[in-house]
Amino acid sequence: MKYAEEFRDPVAARALLAEIARVSDQIGATAEKPIHIMEICGGHTHAIFRYGLDKLTPPGIEFIHGPGCPVCVLPMSRVDECVELAEQPGVIFTTFGDAMRVPGTRKSLLQAKADGADIRMVYSPLDALELARRNPDREVIFFGLGFETTTPSTAFSIQQAAAEGLENFSVFCNHITVPPPIKALLDDPHMVLDGFVGPGHVSMVIGIHPYDFIARDYGKPIVVAGFEPLDLLQSVLMVLQQIREGRAEVQNQYARVVPEHGNPASLAAIEDVYTPRPSFEWRGLGEIDASGLRIRDSYARFDAEVKFGIGYAAGPRHVEEVEGCECGAVMTGRIKPTGCPQFGRGCTPEMPLGALMVSSEGACAAYYQYGGARAPEAAE
Amino acid sequence: MCLGIPGQITEVTDAARMMAVADVSGVRRAVNVAPIADGPLDGLVGKWALIHVGFAMAVIDEDEAEKTLEALRGLGEAQETLEAMAAGQAALEGRT
Repeated sequence: MKYAEEFRDPVAARALLAEIARVSDQIGATAEKPIHIMEICGGHTHAIFRYGLDKLTPPGIEFIHGPGCPVCVLPMSRVDECVELAEQPGVIFTTFGDAMRVPGTRKSLLQAKADGADIRMVYSPLDALELARRNPDREVIFFGLGFETTTPSTAFSIQQAAAEGLENFSVFCNHITVPPPIKALLDDPHMVLDGFVGPGHVSMVIGIHPYDFIARDYGKPIVVAGFEPLDLLQSVLMVLQQIREGRAEVQNQYARVVPEHGNPASLAAIEDVYTPRPSFEWRGLGEIDASGLRIRDSYARFDAEVKFGIGYAAGPRHVEEVEGCECGAVMTGRIKPTGCPQFGRGCTPEMPLGALMVSSEGACAAYYQYGGARAPEAAE
Repeated sequence: MCLGIPGQITEVTDAARMMAVADVSGVRRAVNVAPIADGPLDGLVGKWALIHVGFAMAVIDEDEAEKTLEALRGLGEAQETLEAMAAGQAALEGRT
């Protein structure tokens, strides 16, 4: 129980773990016939490994690590397009630091920067806007990446650029949404999921009702959770209690931050600036209907795809993943990270081959750093 | 990169652009408060907010701010965010 001592409130942690063990027993969950709970958010994946929650919970509970790490689900073709944009003359390409090391087929953004492209890591699209103001003779492109938590930031930034008439600013939009891949996973006949721990900060923007279909149409429980280890344990317990009682509901464990209907100003900005694409490609999951956003025609002058005629604007295309890279199978829960032949060999956090090894929120990087639950040899 | 970090709004700098300054673990950072704006922006000064990529996404109380910061420090996310803020500042100054 060494991990429990690290909790802010070890007494509360032990009480929750005991109750989780009790309910798990009542359900009849065993290592041979486990309950599969998917944590959707990459931040939760990181917290589960960091605090050893996978080891502290009974062997009858198996965490499946969901597609909620935007860097991890970014297909190589999009990385290639980033590099292509960054290498255009006169361009300052701005990006969150997380995306720098994601491999493309030719190179990563980090390699492109070393080769001379003007690529700058920023904290916020606001920094990109400011760069555009300060460099009127340059085109400043912001790599818009992330789920609904991040989407409002680029929507507000595009609105601001429009208000200022800042014509040398554009966004390469790769924003994606949480519910469609969850539906795709639930529709996969090979996927055996019993319940979900829902993303906290995404839900702070969208509220809890976009998950209604999970309970209503698929009969699975989902509990929106905070990021403290105690929040996660509480949420796992709530999922198990629903299963024990034969209920399937959307519950909000993180109500102190997540309003039932989300953040109205952010939702209005998203609605104003973005519209769903017919489909968007996810690494490991393929094209998923209505899972990505594009910039509306009314803001097309801020759309880097339109401005430079690349990406979906140039027509559909698909790039094969690196041979031997099993990110897709890991992403869909078919294998554990340690089941990938490249894990820890050809693919490490220092030299990632697949995207799941790049971000600390990726399942492979988390396994590598902290050691997988029932595969202690993984970290060696 | 999907997590917000607690910060305390210390002043409003440009109401027309919804811009304010927040103190994030001792670092002063320009933030946009459009997501939490509800009435005159001066009412936000002194409040704690979850800040994600430069946008104040939700008002939280001080106790929640403290607990969230602790959780983020445990994950190394707090440090990562502060480094990203420094990188953003460097990018603006052309020091990349």
